[in-house]
Amino acid sequence: MKPFTYERATSPAQAAAAAARTRNAKFIAGGTNLLDLMKIGVEEPDHLIDVNGLDLDTVSPTDDGGLRIGALVRNTDLAADRRVRKDYALLSRALLAGASGQLRNKATTAGNLLQRTRCPYFYDTHQACNKRLPGSGCAALGGFSRSLGIVGVSKACIATHPSDMAVAMRALDAIAETVKPDGATRRIPLADFYTLPGNTPHIENTLTPGELITAVTLPRPLGGTHLYHKVRDRASYAFAPVSVAAVVQKDGTGRLAVGGVAHVPWRVEAAEAALPQGARAVSARLLADAQPTAQNAMKVPLVERTLAAVLAQAKEG
Amino acid sequence: MDTNDLRVSRRGFLKLSAASATLAAAPPFIARAATTDDERAPVTAKVSLEVNGAPQALVLDTRTTLLDALREHMHLTGTKKGCDHGQCGACTVLVDGRRINSCLTLAVMHEGAKITTIEGLGTPERMHPMQAAFVKHDGYQCGYCTPGQICSAVGTLDEIRRDVPSHVTADIQARASLTRDELRERMSGNLCRCGAYSNIVEAITEVAGAGA
Ligand SMILES: Cc1cc2nc3c(=O)[nH]c(=O)nc-3n(C[C@H](O)[C@H](O)[C@H](O)COP(=O)(O)OP(=O)(O)OC[C@H]3O[C@@H](n4cnc5c(N)ncnc54)[C@H](O)[C@@H]3O)c2cc1C
Ligand code: SF4
Repeated sequence: MKPFTYERATSPAQAAAAAARTRNAKFIAGGTNLLDLMKIGVEEPDHLIDVNGLDLDTVSPTDDGGLRIGALVRNTDLAADRRVRKDYALLSRALLAGASGQLRNKATTAGNLLQRTRCPYFYDTHQACNKRLPGSGCAALGGFSRSLGIVGVSKACIATHPSDMAVAMRALDAIAETVKPDGATRRIPLADFYTLPGNTPHIENTLTPGELITAVTLPRPLGGTHLYHKVRDRASYAFAPVSVAAVVQKDGTGRLAVGGVAHVPWRVEAAEAALPQGARAVSARLLADAQPTAQNAMKVPLVERTLAAVLAQAKEG
Repeated sequence: MDTNDLRVSRRGFLKLSAASATLAAAPPFIARAATTDDERAPVTAKVSLEVNGAPQALVLDTRTTLLDALREHMHLTGTKKGCDHGQCGACTVLVDGRRINSCLTLAVMHEGAKITTIEGLGTPERMHPMQAAFVKHDGYQCGYCTPGQICSAVGTLDEIRRDVPSHVTADIQARASLTRDELRERMSGNLCRCGAYSNIVEAITEVAGAGA
């Protein structure tokens, strides 16, 4: 690991200003993704800004009947929150399907949103990777791509976003609240938060340099049946080749997002109109522009089958 | 300090290899590595924490993980380094009562924290009930993952007590019950290459029953 200087942030605005002022600075929250990547030389910050002391670790009601989740609320605490379990159960389910008990005790809401891809070539500094080293190429395109993306991919990168939590948050239309280095705040709907790889896979979201996430808000409760179905190579403690987060209403309408298939939690609002027609119709619209590799073509039917399982479970109530 | 000596000699080595690299026309990245390394000197910071009830004031390289601080600086070698990437759970300790992977957190991030390691849970003479149950049920073979398993098990039972649900909790709104499936799912962050899992579950079940 490269040496770095370290400071403890005193306020969100101070943290953002410090990040903009200091060359090659990074925020550190739980550290479970950043330190992992620093140990292998994928991330090499010169300066760490520890945000753990900031007062951003509570879940509270919003004025319009939703919930505001502080950026530092730990994944365990968010999943266990009684209000989340009652009104946003798919979020609890998604969190509990991710990582391990120890990791969830450390991992934060903002850190989870910003965790980086698990593409094996991104992790291996001897391999070409446009995300890690722009312009170096993409070793995954001709390599082992079973775990990688099938839709929204580009010639520069086929990586997926690995978060389970983000898939549920995308289905819920969550909004990230931020503060910029000049103290200005803004709200970014998750629909506009993540970006497709295109020619710039090293850019993964619409945050600007130094911008700090302070909270994520959830809209008023949606009712319906909340489901998160994660397909895994082993029963626990593994990333998803495919996952589906869904809220299904009694009349068969609803909303859903798919994980493990794209650079972003994959949601196509137009596909949701087909929900009453069943999994095949929805899946066909969701993956209309899919460009799988020979190794991950199995994800196309897997999405449809996972969706079918979710819809069957929703019928049971 | 010996860490500094190590760095100097590594830097010297890099410079040397850079020099010979020029002669042998080896790839330029070797020379670049030497320069970046020179630009960044190790940084130290003070941190005070409480480990197994005793205050510890340390001056550490900022890069030191909590795991390395425990093992290399406080010589508490009960906590084990397995994968060093949060994948195996051998480094599990309790921080302010919650189980975490000590390999994926920096020591300087824990100013004022209370850390409990396997040495702090109990001693060979006065074992913690979880330690005694692991002995009784043969919850290990080689023993390398055991300190992490035991700390994780203590944290797990506390999480169930605090009403934290799990992936296998059928009704997410109800309190989780203490089933075998619940324990297996909650302990999935601790790997055991010897495969002592069934005995580990027996041991935890016994302690859970006694505490309920
Ligand atoms: C073995 C293992 C298995 C895992 N399995 C899963 C899994 O199955 N599913 C899953 O979803 N995840 C999984 N994870 C990933 C885990 O969920 C993430 O590591 C975690 O959520 C990251 O949160 P953190 O707080 O530790 O982030 P950090 O590591 O602290 O930070 C991550 C990034 O976010 C930035 N950041 C942090 N806070 C802020 C903020 N407030 N504003 C702006 N930027 C910020 C940091 O600068 C950094 O770039 C796994 C991890 C490991 C190690
Ligand atoms: S898929 Fe993306 S992350 Fe993976 S090697 Fe290619 S550019 Fe890098």
